[in-house]
Amino acid sequence: MEIPIETFSLPNGLRVVLSEDHTAPLVAVNLWYHVGSANERPGRTGFAHLFEHMLFQGSESVGANEHFELIQRAGGTLNGSTWLDRTNYFETVPSNQLELALWLEANRMGYLLPAMTQQKLDTQRDVVQNERRWSMDNQPYGSWWEKLPALCFPMAHPFHHSLIGSMADLDAASLDDIAHFFTTYYTPDNAVLSIAGDFDGVATRAMVERQFGPIPRGSGKPPLPDMSLPPTFGEALREVVPDDVMLPRLFLAFRSPVFGSAAYYAASVAGAILGLRKGSRLHRTLVREQQVAAEAQAFTYDLAKGSDLLVVDVTGRPETSSDTLEGVVNAEIDRLLQGGVTQAEVDRAVALIETELIVALQSAGDRADRLSMFTTYFGDPQLVNVQADRYRAVTAAQVNMFVRERLVPENRASLLYVPRDSEVAPASSDLAMAETP
Amino acid sequence: MSDTITTRTPASPPTARPAPAEPRSYHFPHFEQRRLANGMRLVVAPVTKLPLITAVALVEAGATQEPQGKEGIATLTAQMLLEGAAGLDGAALADRFERIGASVEAYADWDVAAVTLSALSSRLPESLALVRDLLRSPSFPEREVTRLREERLAELLQQLAEPRGLADEQFSHAVYEPGARYSMPADGTTGTVGALTVDDVRAFYDARYKPSAVTLVFAGDVTMDQVVALVEPLFGDWSGAPASDRRSAPDAARPGRLLRVVAKSDAPQSEVRVGHVGVPRTTPGYFNMVVMNAVLGGLFSSRINLNLREAHGYTYGAFSAFDWRRGAGPFLVNTAVKSDVTGDAVREILSEIERMQREAIGEDELTLATSYLDGVFPIRYETTGAIAGALASLVIHGLPEDYYDRYRERGRGVTTADVLRAAQEHLHPDRLRVVVVGDPAVVTAPLSKVMGMPADVIAAADVEAGA
Repeated sequence: MEIPIETFSLPNGLRVVLSEDHTAPLVAVNLWYHVGSANERPGRTGFAHLFEHMLFQGSESVGANEHFELIQRAGGTLNGSTWLDRTNYFETVPSNQLELALWLEANRMGYLLPAMTQQKLDTQRDVVQNERRWSMDNQPYGSWWEKLPALCFPMAHPFHHSLIGSMADLDAASLDDIAHFFTTYYTPDNAVLSIAGDFDGVATRAMVERQFGPIPRGSGKPPLPDMSLPPTFGEALREVVPDDVMLPRLFLAFRSPVFGSAAYYAASVAGAILGLRKGSRLHRTLVREQQVAAEAQAFTYDLAKGSDLLVVDVTGRPETSSDTLEGVVNAEIDRLLQGGVTQAEVDRAVALIETELIVALQSAGDRADRLSMFTTYFGDPQLVNVQADRYRAVTAAQVNMFVRERLVPENRASLLYVPRDSEVAPASSDLAMAETP
Repeated sequence: MSDTITTRTPASPPTARPAPAEPRSYHFPHFEQRRLANGMRLVVAPVTKLPLITAVALVEAGATQEPQGKEGIATLTAQMLLEGAAGLDGAALADRFERIGASVEAYADWDVAAVTLSALSSRLPESLALVRDLLRSPSFPEREVTRLREERLAELLQQLAEPRGLADEQFSHAVYEPGARYSMPADGTTGTVGALTVDDVRAFYDARYKPSAVTLVFAGDVTMDQVVALVEPLFGDWSGAPASDRRSAPDAARPGRLLRVVAKSDAPQSEVRVGHVGVPRTTPGYFNMVVMNAVLGGLFSSRINLNLREAHGYTYGAFSAFDWRRGAGPFLVNTAVKSDVTGDAVREILSEIERMQREAIGEDELTLATSYLDGVFPIRYETTGAIAGALASLVIHGLPEDYYDRYRERGRGVTTADVLRAAQEHLHPDRLRVVVVGDPAVVTAPLSKVMGMPADVIAAADVEAGA
C-alpha cells in the first residue's frame, strides 16, 4: 500500500510535495507553516491562532472573507488549524480549480499586510474570544486543553502556555504584532506545500512556480529555546479542578518519546492497548468489568520535539468518587507496569492502527496533510508510506520496555476534574509542586 | 511597521486571479441492488481504490418505531447486539473484530438502527460472519443491559451540566408536543431509560429485527457477486417479517412563538437555538430548501454567519439547518454568543429569517450556493464510509435509484424565485421557538424586548435529565 510521491523545492526555499491520484476529479492543497503557539513571545499567548484567523481576512488581491467565498463558489472545502508547533491551511477543490487555490495561498503568503486593518483585527479578536468561551470556558472539562500542558511542561517550556491564549493577551495583540509575525514566520522557506489528487505533474509544477516563485525567502526565524526534557517528570504531579460537571474525570499523562522516534511506535501501541476501542484494557476492566467508568480512552499528542505526552482519559460513573476513579486508573497502570503486555494485545493494537492508517489515506485532504506533516517535521514525505511497517515491527518486548521506563509513578501527571462542591482531598502540596517550573 | 513590510514585498505584483480549467466529469459510484428470497435487501457499490470495505446493516428499528413509553429501547437494543452473541460474551466479540483490525459500531437514530463495519477487504468474510452472529443470535445478557442503562443515565446526568447538549434537548422539548417522539432525545429520557429491562430489549428485537426489515449496504473493494456468495450462506435461512408500526406521528408540533431561558448563572456565553418544526425529507422542493438554507445559514459565507461572526464578532460561528428525517424534523439556527449580546444576536437572526421571506436573494448569492453544491459533490464521496452513508440515506428515505446521478443538475436548476417561495413556505417567523441557555440576569430583558414577549425562565437544576 504505497502512494506516489514527487518532491521539488523553489529557489525561495518552499518545499513542494506532489501525490497524484486520478480516481476522482478533485485535488487537495495543503500548506504547513512551521510555527505554532510554541513560537509566541511572552504576553502574546494565543497569537499564532489569532493570526491564523487573520489569514482569512484577505490580502492584496482578495477581500475580507473572499477566500472562503471564492473556494466555496468553486465547489471546494477549506479551513485552517493551529497547533503547538505548526499551523496549517488547506483546501480541497474540483481539479479544474487547482490554480485558484494556489493563487489564494500565494497571495496571502506574499501580499498579506496591505489588507490588514485595525477593524479586522478587533473583530477577529472578538471571534477568537468567543471561540475560547465556546470550546473552554463554557464547556464542562473544557479547561483541560490548557491545564494539561501547563501541568506537564515546565513554566518556561514553549509547550507550557495556552494555545487559545488568555483574554488579556488576546486584547493586547496589535497590528505591529501581525506584521512582525508575518515577516518572521510566514515565509516560503518556513513552509511546506503539498498537493494530492487529480492534477498533471508538469503543469502543476509550472503553476506553483508562477504563483509562489516571486515571494522572497525570509530572513530566518529566532530559534526556539532548548526543548529537551528528562524522560520522566521526576515526581508525581497532580492538580484537582472543581468544575461545573456531574461526573469525575481523570486525565493521566505520561511523558513519552517524541513523535516519529523509534520508541514512539512502541508508546503508541501501549496507548492503543490501554485505550483504543472496547477491547482495550481500560474499557474491559473499568467500564465493562468493574463498572466504575462511563468512558475510557488513550491518545498521544504526537509532538515531534521536546517530549510527547501519552494521555489516559477516563470519565467516572455518577456513583464513582473521584478518589476511587484515581485509584482504579492507577491500579490498571500498575498492573500493566508489573505484568507487561502480551503479544496478542500488541497484535490487536497494530491491526486496528493499520486499518486506521489506510482509512486515513482515502481522502486527498488527509493524504496532503500527512505529506506536509512528515516533510515539516522530518524532511521526508516518504515516511507516509512506511508507517504501517513501523507499527508492524513493534514487539511486545519494546512495548514492555516503554512501559517499564515511562509508566512509573514518578512519570504520572493527574489532572482530576471533580464536581464542584463535592468533597475531595486537594493534595495541595502536589498542586504547589506542579506550579513550580 | 513600514520597514518590515518592505522587506517582505515580492519583486513583482500579484498575478491575476486564475480562471478555472475545463472541468472533468464525475459520476457517483455505480451501485447494484438485489433482494434475497427472505426479503433482505443488498446494495453494493464497488470502489476499488483501496483494500477497504464499509458495510452497514440498516434495520427498521429506529427510535420512531419504539412502543410508547419505551423511549430509548431502539438505542439500547442496537447497543446490546455487541454485548454477546453466538456463545461469545461482549468482550470476546469485541476482541474477535479488533484482532483482525475491524471496527464495528451499533446505534439507532430516529429512522433506523444500524450496525456499521469498517475492515480491510481481505477480512470481510470473517467480520461479516460475526455481523451475522450479532444480528441473528444476540444473547442479551442482563448484566450488560443494566450496565448500558446506567451509562446512558450517567450521560443524561452529565448533559445537565453541558450547555450545548442542554440547549439542543430543551429546543426539541420546546418545538414538539409533549409525548411526540421528537420532543424527547432519540436515546430516551431518564424516566423511560431507567425503566427499560432485558425483557423490553428482547421484545423489541423479536418484533423488529427480521430479514425483510434489513438492508445490507456495502461500499468498497467488493462486487455484488462476491457479496451474494458471502451473504447467502450467512443470512439466506433467516426468516420472518417485522410487526407493523404502532407509533403515532413523531412530529406533532406546539403552536405559536416561545421564548425560554434556561438559567445558568454567570455563564460567559449563551447557547442559542432559534427555529420551529420543519418538513419531512421527502417533501417536494427539497433542493429549493437546501439552496435557501445554504444562503441563510448553511455556508460559512451565509447571511447569518457573516452577520453574527464577521460583521459583529458576536460568535465563533452561527449556522442554520433543516434536520432531515422521515417525519418533520426541526429547522433551527444554532449559535453561541457572548452573554451581553444575546438579545442583539437573536434580533439579527430574526431579521435575517424575515429578509429571506421578504425579498428575492441576489443572483450572486444564488450562484454561490448552487455552484458550491455542484462542485463539492465529488468531494463528499471520497471515502467508503461516505459512499455507504449516501446509499443508506437512499434506502432510508426511499429515494429513486438515479437520485445521485441527478443531484447536481437539480441543484443547479434552482432559481431565485424558487428560493423565495421555499422561504415563504417553509420559514415561519410567527412560530419561532427561542431557547437560550445562559445567564438570566443578563439575557432575559434584552431577549424579551426583541421577541416582544415575556421570557419563560427555568432553572437548569429543575430540568429533569432528558425529560
